[in-house]
Amino acid sequence: MTPTEAVGADVILEVRDLRLHFPIKAGLLKKTVGYVKAVDGVSFSVYAGETLGLVGESGSGKTTIGRCIVRLYKPTTGIMRFRTKAGLVNIAELDKRELQPIRRDIQMLFQDPNSSLNARMRVGDIIAEPLDIHAIGTAAERRTRVEDLLEHVGLGAEMYNRFPHQLSGGQRQRVGVARALSIEPRLVICDEPVSALDVSVQAQVLNLLSDLQEELGLTYVFIAHDLSVVEYISDRVMVMYLGKLMETAPTRKIFERPTHPYTEALLNSIPKRIRGGHRKRYVLAGDIPSPVNPPSGCVFHTRCQYAKDICKTETPPLQPLPDDPETSVACHLAEEVTLQPYYTAEERRVLEADRA
Amino acid sequence: MNKLAGNGRRFRLFGLRKKHDERDVQDEYQLLTVRQLMIRKFLRNRMALLSFIALVIIYLVTLLAGFFAPYTARDADSKLTYSPPMAIRLQDPETGHFHLPFFYPLRGKRNMETFQLEYVEERAKRIPIQFFVRGEPYLALGVIAWDVHLFGSSDPAERLHIMGSDVRGRDLFSRIIYGGQVSLSVGIFGVLITIAVGSVIGTLSGYYGGVFDNVVQRVIETIRSFPQLPLWMALAAAIPPQWPPEWVYAGIVVVLAFINWTGLSREARGLVLSLKERDYVHAAEASGASTARIVRVHLIPNMASHIIVTATLAVPVTILGESALSFLGIGVRPPMVSWGLLLNDAIKIQNIVLYPWTLFPGLFILVAVIAYNFLGDGLRDMVDPFSR
Repeated sequence: MTPTEAVGADVILEVRDLRLHFPIKAGLLKKTVGYVKAVDGVSFSVYAGETLGLVGESGSGKTTIGRCIVRLYKPTTGIMRFRTKAGLVNIAELDKRELQPIRRDIQMLFQDPNSSLNARMRVGDIIAEPLDIHAIGTAAERRTRVEDLLEHVGLGAEMYNRFPHQLSGGQRQRVGVARALSIEPRLVICDEPVSALDVSVQAQVLNLLSDLQEELGLTYVFIAHDLSVVEYISDRVMVMYLGKLMETAPTRKIFERPTHPYTEALLNSIPKRIRGGHRKRYVLAGDIPSPVNPPSGCVFHTRCQYAKDICKTETPPLQPLPDDPETSVACHLAEEVTLQPYYTAEERRVLEADRA
Repeated sequence: MNKLAGNGRRFRLFGLRKKHDERDVQDEYQLLTVRQLMIRKFLRNRMALLSFIALVIIYLVTLLAGFFAPYTARDADSKLTYSPPMAIRLQDPETGHFHLPFFYPLRGKRNMETFQLEYVEERAKRIPIQFFVRGEPYLALGVIAWDVHLFGSSDPAERLHIMGSDVRGRDLFSRIIYGGQVSLSVGIFGVLITIAVGSVIGTLSGYYGGVFDNVVQRVIETIRSFPQLPLWMALAAAIPPQWPPEWVYAGIVVVLAFINWTGLSREARGLVLSLKERDYVHAAEASGASTARIVRVHLIPNMASHIIVTATLAVPVTILGESALSFLGIGVRPPMVSWGLLLNDAIKIQNIVLYPWTLFPGLFILVAVIAYNFLGDGLRDMVDPFSR
């Protein structure tokens, strides 16, 4: 890369104008008749050691972004610079062989531990698989490493010979965590890692992820459809809608001062429960539009209660707020309308007092 | 290290909090390994278990045909053409005395009105049935020269046909056992070819998709759009008549596999299409696993049981196919014997009326086909060991 494109030293991954358009094929000759614009021009940076929450409804493209970063998908266009020991590497362009060393640094944690663990393999072999693929250590060393990992994620070494069906949902997800960490990645894409788990188990897995992050200095991109989960684990939050970023802000600011109407709508969808408090809610109507023919202008205007004429014609760019460079928002009306926060500053104090 | 899971920062979600995610109840299901679960599933299906045992016995008998058959397949006796099945008796019908197993020899007599050879038992001559009797020499398992048979007539001059004999006086029971060697092995070999070709092509076309998949699927559709039997017949008719019987046999196996692989290949393709989108395959890909590794570690173990079920259910189809071709005279050729070829004796309605025992080979086909179908059923239960 050229020096003019310098990126802050604490940035582990820089994504610029990422697009992934899946062709739609139809007819006898499989002609391309259109594109599903799953990710449509997304730019963001991930800082080393942070947890970046990525939130949006189903179909907003958040999982697709995760899969692009681990290169399960090859982006249509865009740049993804990842910091390796040798400097920044654009992983969007690498081929299978060149990716191999990078794959040791980026791992993915999947949503449903029932389908992310091969039912025919023993727990020990599942966790050892990345080590196996990269031919790290002897068989005995791998076994020791796997047993350490099992202890580390709160399962016992005696789980080594178990099969996934012999474990509970929470235990299975811990196996998933152990597998993702077995080759000591620096960046972990967590794709809704707790949404398939019982509520009682969710907190335990979140605790585990957060403890491991502190201990191993991991960076997380944490994908979720639910802001309440993200609130606990993320340092910053990105809100996505229909393949585009709507708002990026530190977690606390998202809850105390949302600047995009879509963020407000997402906050409204969380049941509020502060000392029995209850409020009137504006609930988002309808479904997310088709990513094949996204609406013109601001993609959210069809469901936005504040939408004006300009929203239908002009696409708002994602830009920092004049008074707050940490928050970026893609909305024409960001400075005009005042949105309803989830917490007032007073409520936040009350909540933190309760928690302490 | 355990403190990581135990203490640390505690988050509360929706105010719920629990200490353990391990369920206290560890029922039997959770104590068994995948293999144990599969075996348990199979054993629960009684009919499948019974069929499995029956098939093992049938295969053992045909494998050791020389020992279990009282005569060889070519051993003829011109005095006993189309002799009816001879009754094995324990009791003397006249005196009522009990003896060790014995039979009365049959004597043929020409009926001067119908010109049919009619057989009557010669009651004066009681011939004991002897076990482990010395008789016609044969090669056990094709290598060991031996002449002991499980049972037979104690008098070499008086032959015992428990299922009757054919036009040249050959023992039908012995010929059925020898015929089983061909009929049952055609099923096995045909299915082995089916598995090899079908699963490889199916896996490739499912995994890579694209043009290759498109071409393969169209070819399969073309093959399957022909009616099965006429296609078999056309292909079997293409086998050169001057070929030795062993080659013809191999040719028939290939002809039968030619249609069967298409079904299996579709099955394999469907499985791969579904399995390759599982998250554990994605996890392996994200870790940089090679295609070969994904196929070997993730696809094959998860497909194998489905393939085995499909293959098991394809065996009876192949057996029936061979029987049909041989019955019509375009399958295996004499001096080879197969169940279909033996049934060829019953091709004329007049023979069925006069010599109904020529239908016995059909009974064996029926038993083998039904047993395979039940076995396939049981294996299908086994494929999904996790359902309760």
